[in-house]
Amino acid sequence: MDAPAPIPRGGLIEGAYREHSRKVLATLIRLLGDFDLAEEALHDAFVAAADRWPREGVPGNPSAWLVSAGRFRAIDKLRRRARFRAMEPELAEQIVSDAEEGEEMADAVIKDDQLRLIFTCCHPALPQPAQVALTLRELCGLTTEEIARAFLARPPALAQRIVRAKARIREERIPYEVPELSALPERLDAVLRVIYLVYNEGYSAHSGTELIRADLSAEAVRLGRLMLDLLPQGETMGLLALMLLHDSRRDARTTPDGEVILLADQDRTLWDRALIEEGFGLIDRAFATRQIGPYTLQAAIAAVHTRARTADETDWGEIVGLYDVLMRASPSPVVRLNRAVAVGMHQGPQAGLALVNALLEEGDLSDYHLTYAAQADFYRRAGDKPAARQAYEQALELALQEPERRFLQKRLQELGEGGGGTS
Amino acid sequence: MKYMFLIYLDEAKFAPMSQDERDGFVNAMLDYDEELRASGNYLISEALKFPSEAITVRTWDGSLSTTDGPFAETKEHLSGFHIVEARDLNEAVALAARMPLSRVGSIEVRPIDHLERIEK
Repeated sequence: MDAPAPIPRGGLIEGAYREHSRKVLATLIRLLGDFDLAEEALHDAFVAAADRWPREGVPGNPSAWLVSAGRFRAIDKLRRRARFRAMEPELAEQIVSDAEEGEEMADAVIKDDQLRLIFTCCHPALPQPAQVALTLRELCGLTTEEIARAFLARPPALAQRIVRAKARIREERIPYEVPELSALPERLDAVLRVIYLVYNEGYSAHSGTELIRADLSAEAVRLGRLMLDLLPQGETMGLLALMLLHDSRRDARTTPDGEVILLADQDRTLWDRALIEEGFGLIDRAFATRQIGPYTLQAAIAAVHTRARTADETDWGEIVGLYDVLMRASPSPVVRLNRAVAVGMHQGPQAGLALVNALLEEGDLSDYHLTYAAQADFYRRAGDKPAARQAYEQALELALQEPERRFLQKRLQELGEGGGGTS
Repeated sequence: MKYMFLIYLDEAKFAPMSQDERDGFVNAMLDYDEELRASGNYLISEALKFPSEAITVRTWDGSLSTTDGPFAETKEHLSGFHIVEARDLNEAVALAARMPLSRVGSIEVRPIDHLERIEK
C-alpha cells in the first residue's frame, strides 16, 4: 500500500537511533510535557529522518534536527486530534504554545534534559521496580520485551508497570527537573541504587538467560558513565569504580562451563587491567571530593582485593578497617556478614564464626544462603566437619542459582571424602 | 515487532448515541488509520460485520457442523482489528490507547507469533 516502511533496522537510521534517540527523547519530554507524546514524536522524527536523510544527507546537528522534526509533528498531530476529542482543545493549545516557546538545543540544556529524565525515572514517588523498568526503557532504550526477559517477568506485567508509572508521573505532577541542591544527595542516592540494582541483576546471572542478563551489567556501566559525565559527585565515581572493578573479574569468575570460581581461586592474570586502572583512578577522585559514601567504600574494599597479587597477599586488616567505616556509613546485615567474613580471614575462623553466629541468633539473614555458606566455610576451616556439613546443607536448601548449588554440593562432597580441615 | 489490536465493542453503548456521534467515530477511525500509515506503524486493518452475519465451523468428528454466530454469547464482540508494527509492547499499548474506539470498547493488544515448520 502507500504506507511508508517502518523505521529500517539496518544502517544509517539505526545507528542514528542508537546514538541520538535517548537525548532527543529527554528534550522532547521537556518540550511536550508528556512521556507518551514525546515517544510518539521521537518515532515520527525518525520516520522523517528515514525519508529525508538518505536523499538530503545527514544534517550537521542530527539531535537538533530530530528534536525540531519531532516537535513540529507533535504540534501538528495535537491540533488535528483536538478536532475529535472535544475536551482537548485548550489543553492541546497549551501544550502547543509551551512547545513552540521551549528553547532549543544548547549543550548544557541537553545535559540538563538527560538529568531531568534520569531523576524523573528514579523519582521516589514511584515504586522501585517501576523506577528500574522506566530507566531501562526510557534511558537505555531497551524494549519492554527485553526488560521482561532480563527480569524473568511476563511482558504484559512489565508493560503495565511502565504504563502505571507514567500515569503516576502525570497524575502526581512529578516535575521534570533536576532536584534542588538540598534534595540532591537523597535523590542521587535513589538513582545510584537503581543503577547498582541493574548491575547486580546482570552480574549475578549464570543461568540460561546469561547473555541477556550480562547485557544489564553493560547497561548499568553505561548509565554509570553517563551519570559521571552529567553529575560528577563522589558517590557517582564510587559506584562506577565499584562496577568496573567487579567487571574486571568477569573472565576469571566462571569456568567455561559456567561453574563459579571464588575470588581466592581466580586466575588473577585474567583480570582486565584497563578496567582496574580506570576504577583505581575513580576511587582516588572520589576520595578527593571528601564526600565518601558507601559506594566509594565498597569500591575501596574491592580495590584491596584487586591489589593483592595472590589471594594470600590480601590485606584483610585493611578490609576489616574499611568494613568498620562502611558499618558506620551504611549499616546493614549484609555488610555485617561481609565484615564477619573479613574478620574470619584476618583473625581466624573462630572469630568469624562468633560474628556470623551472633548475626543468626539475632534472626538477621537467617534465610540467606550465603550466611550458611560463610558459616560452613568457617566450620570447615576450624575442622568441625559435622557442623560444616549441616551448614552447607542449609545453604543448599536456600540457594536458587544452579552454579551456586553445584559449588555447595562440591564442597559437601569434599567433606565426605575426608578432605576437610585445611583451606 | 508485530501486534494485533482486537477491537471488542458492546453494541448497547452505541444505541443512545446520535447519528452524528456514530458518524464521528467512523471518520475518527479512518483518520486514525491515516495517522498510523503516516507514522509507518500501519500494516492492515479491517472492520467486521455483526456476529449475526457469522457462521462458526467445526469438523471435530470428521463431518462438517455449523452454528449461527460466534462461539459464545457475550456482551462485547469482536468488531474489527488492526495489525501494527511497533518497537515494543508499550509502544503498541500507546498506539491502541490513541484509537478512538478505545473510549467505548476494549482493545486487546496481542503480540503476533511466528510459526516455523517442524522438520521430522
